[in-house]
Amino acid sequence: MRIDGRRLDQLRPIKLEVGVLDKADGSAYVEQGKNKILVAVYGPREAHPKHIALPERAVLRCRYHMAPFSVEERKSPAPSRREMELSKVIRESLEPVVLTDLYPRTTIDLFVEVLQSDGGSRCAGITGASLALADAGIPMTELVAACAVGKVQGRLALDLSDAEDKHGEADLPVAFVPNANLVTLLQMDGLLTTAEFEKGLQMAVEACKTIHTMQREALKKKYHEIKEVVEEKEESEVVA
Amino acid sequence: MVIVAEAKQVVAPGEMVAEGDHLTGDNVYRVGNQIFSACVGLVEVDGNRVFVVPLKGGYIPMVGDMVAGRIVDVGLSGWSVDILAPYPAMLPASEVPGPRGARRRDLSTTFDVGDMVLAEVLAFDRTRDPLLTIKGPGLGKVSTGRVVEISAAKIPRLIGRKGSMIGMLKRETGCQITVGRNGVALVWGKNPESERLAVEAIYMVEREAHSRGLTDRVREMIVKTDAVGELARV
Repeated sequence: MRIDGRRLDQLRPIKLEVGVLDKADGSAYVEQGKNKILVAVYGPREAHPKHIALPERAVLRCRYHMAPFSVEERKSPAPSRREMELSKVIRESLEPVVLTDLYPRTTIDLFVEVLQSDGGSRCAGITGASLALADAGIPMTELVAACAVGKVQGRLALDLSDAEDKHGEADLPVAFVPNANLVTLLQMDGLLTTAEFEKGLQMAVEACKTIHTMQREALKKKYHEIKEVVEEKEESEVVA
Repeated sequence: MVIVAEAKQVVAPGEMVAEGDHLTGDNVYRVGNQIFSACVGLVEVDGNRVFVVPLKGGYIPMVGDMVAGRIVDVGLSGWSVDILAPYPAMLPASEVPGPRGARRRDLSTTFDVGDMVLAEVLAFDRTRDPLLTIKGPGLGKVSTGRVVEISAAKIPRLIGRKGSMIGMLKRETGCQITVGRNGVALVWGKNPESERLAVEAIYMVEREAHSRGLTDRVREMIVKTDAVGELARV
């Protein structure tokens, strides 16, 4: 049993929603434990400043940002070293699946805004970002799911919460693409033995597969809801 | 040869749509013997070809497309036009019929910033920005009517199979409707009420594009709102 009552191999409750912002081309909202993350996608659009554009493909840009109120002690809104790193790893974990070569000389902008932070926000950010990209209608080979595994009091535990992360011995965030069997993010801080690492990676990959199923459902739910509402209305009218 | 997904089924990126030696159309990709979707959309099968019709997405210009755009800049030899694509479009003065020379020196007398034009894509490829022309029947400045912006991905649905949807909209509302491939529809009605009805119907098509029996449902909505049928007859 863990401090929040979960088993070692149990995910926190996850809520995924798609198309929550009207003005963005694509958007997603993710809750994972106490994490609350909003992702917006704009693009493909004209590249500004012009010199960043590439002649053969679209440029994927990502900004991971934590709101000043997302943690107990006010976080300065200026981009920190950590946020710049996470922006980079989120971008790099998604680049392999996005078909950027379809849109040369453009940019696709990704904004990951953490409203409330609870450990594992880079993984929840990736999960949300790939949903938002798909919601924007941007062609991609597959959705990317991400989840972390850590070591707490000598034992491997899935999907660390903030407290477990801070007092634990190791953290291993993983992003995974199920169809291609591809790991697109693999970081580790703390210490794990080789055996622990292999076990941990396996646990994370399994969790990513679970999250991936939820992602597909969330993406299709939006369209099924509209469809059901209008088609049911239709049928009931026919009966009447 | 097996189609794994049902036709018109909503699929997510990475979802398998078919297995075997089908031809791959838009928005699908092949890995070995399997064909996967590359976006959120509806599976369609046309003979031996499998493809996915996207449910969302911006406009990518194609040569020959009719588009509606707004003038954003007036230059010395042409205009820049915003056609809601990721690429800025140019309308060169040479593609605008009319007198040349002195009377043409100030291009803003022909089209000024903010004007709406209906144009055709003359040239575009991945290395060059789109070039427009207004030489052609029905093309040119648009100064009346209503502008309805919807997602470019929904334009094929708004037109319908062999123009069935757009034909019905025109008939039932009595409005003249021109559809730009870039997701801009222009509506001219005999009175504001019929225009409003047509605009509402267009938004309805956008919202429910992926559901069955849409044409009939839209017609019903129009008939219900316009109970006396006076709009279409005025």
